[in-house]
Amino acid sequence: MYKMNCDVCVVGGGPAGLSAAVAAKKQGAKDVLIVERDETLGGILQQCIHPGFGLKLFSEELTGPEYFGRFVAKAKELGVKTLLNSMVLEVGENTVTCINGEYGACEITAKAIILAMGCRERTRANIVIPGTRPAGVYTAGTAQRLMNRQNEMVGKKVVILGSGDIGMIMARRMTLEGAKVMAVVELMDFLAGLTRNRVQCLDDFGIPLMLSHTIVDIKGNDRVSSVVIAAVDEKKQPIPGTEQEIECDTLLLSVGLIPENEISTNAGVELSPITKGPKVNQFMQTNIPSVFACGNVVHVNDLVDNVSTESATAGKSAAMYAAGELTADGAIEVKTGENVRYVCPQTVVPTEGKVELYFRVMKPQKKVELSVCDGDTVLVKRKAIKVNPGEMEKLVIDAKDVKSLTVSVKEA
Amino acid sequence: MKKEIICTVCPTGCTITVEGEGSNISSIEGFTCPRGKQYAENEFIAPVRILTSTAKISGTKCPLIAVRSKTPVPKDKLFDCMEEIRKLNLTAPVKTGDVLIANVCGTGVDIVASGNAD
Repeated sequence: MYKMNCDVCVVGGGPAGLSAAVAAKKQGAKDVLIVERDETLGGILQQCIHPGFGLKLFSEELTGPEYFGRFVAKAKELGVKTLLNSMVLEVGENTVTCINGEYGACEITAKAIILAMGCRERTRANIVIPGTRPAGVYTAGTAQRLMNRQNEMVGKKVVILGSGDIGMIMARRMTLEGAKVMAVVELMDFLAGLTRNRVQCLDDFGIPLMLSHTIVDIKGNDRVSSVVIAAVDEKKQPIPGTEQEIECDTLLLSVGLIPENEISTNAGVELSPITKGPKVNQFMQTNIPSVFACGNVVHVNDLVDNVSTESATAGKSAAMYAAGELTADGAIEVKTGENVRYVCPQTVVPTEGKVELYFRVMKPQKKVELSVCDGDTVLVKRKAIKVNPGEMEKLVIDAKDVKSLTVSVKEA
Repeated sequence: MKKEIICTVCPTGCTITVEGEGSNISSIEGFTCPRGKQYAENEFIAPVRILTSTAKISGTKCPLIAVRSKTPVPKDKLFDCMEEIRKLNLTAPVKTGDVLIANVCGTGVDIVASGNAD
């Protein structure tokens, strides 16, 4: 087996992996290696040609390729090494095993490992839509890759299930390329993605958004010929008699993302049942001290800027760990209070310094107060006009001497 | 004319109602901050959008390169600009920021590459 050695090995060369690698190098790690299965760096951002990236981090509205291009340039300048076309098969405490076309099986020994594999889209099989199995049913991201990287138009008359950001962005993209988007159908009674995308991707082109609706049948033999949609009740069950058939040749699914953690699970990394990603402390360190994780593999983010920020923390921490400079004992669990679905990081080590707690609410709510409490003591609070499960919230605490932590969203 | 505008400046998403004719605004209601007011005024008088797409390219691995309008173009020119972008037939190398179409459709805005192809 081909053997390699490094201080920090990063699994995945998307926005999370790139930011982590750059930060690890800046922290002083000597050899930093990114292992990536694609033939180029950038991950999903390579196909995200739309604008809206970097508003937080660079105060500029960049496209996906422009955004990751900056990190690739920085990584090159700092001497980050890359192993492309390489599929990671296994991660151990200090080893990464991968297959590469040139070297065959490779075993990389690393003082610290960063998991940055991102996520996968939920498919038709995940959500079990009844009907025939014709061609023309795509996940939104697959359609995006085909159109934006491979120059393949996926259809002419389109229905989109799910109001996630990728789905709405594809609605605009397909419209601009001459397709007719018949409707965006959303099971919930609220938008899954960002309001900005609803305005600029749907409203701008007069594409109807049908909330509290779902697809109950897919018709067609060789190719999709129509889908049947129906309104749903409070229990999300289709209401008989509300069915309507929409003629189309393509169905795009934008029904959520699942962190890709097969490798993490096999390595013995503990996952959160809610985020489906590794449980981490504020250093983005997992239950295996030499293994760190960041980006969408940990929890699905709505802004890549947040991914880059948390991944920089992972990179810096991993470099410190590799140098024997990181100790993280006595972590306490961060509890989820009223209307909070999850908090990331899930644990906090009481120590000097600021800790950013990212969290999502369970349901939309107006006029609220977001807070972090240590027992009866309010550590930090902030008012908000409204909160939405599609938009991640953040509170920053001072982690020195904290004994317990609860994040809550209550009526103000 | 009366227009309901959902503000996209921040996640709050205020619904702002603007009334007026052409570039004359007679009433504007529903905004909760000055940036929102400014956004709604611009949206009413002359809405603009950043346009992004892809252009054909040869001499490199990928058959397409990402392109964008350097700055926003008028919303009603989006489809005209797409027609011009479709006519492009580039050859690598192309770098991020290279001007591919100057002053697209007379908007005064350039279509530039937003990715690298070497």
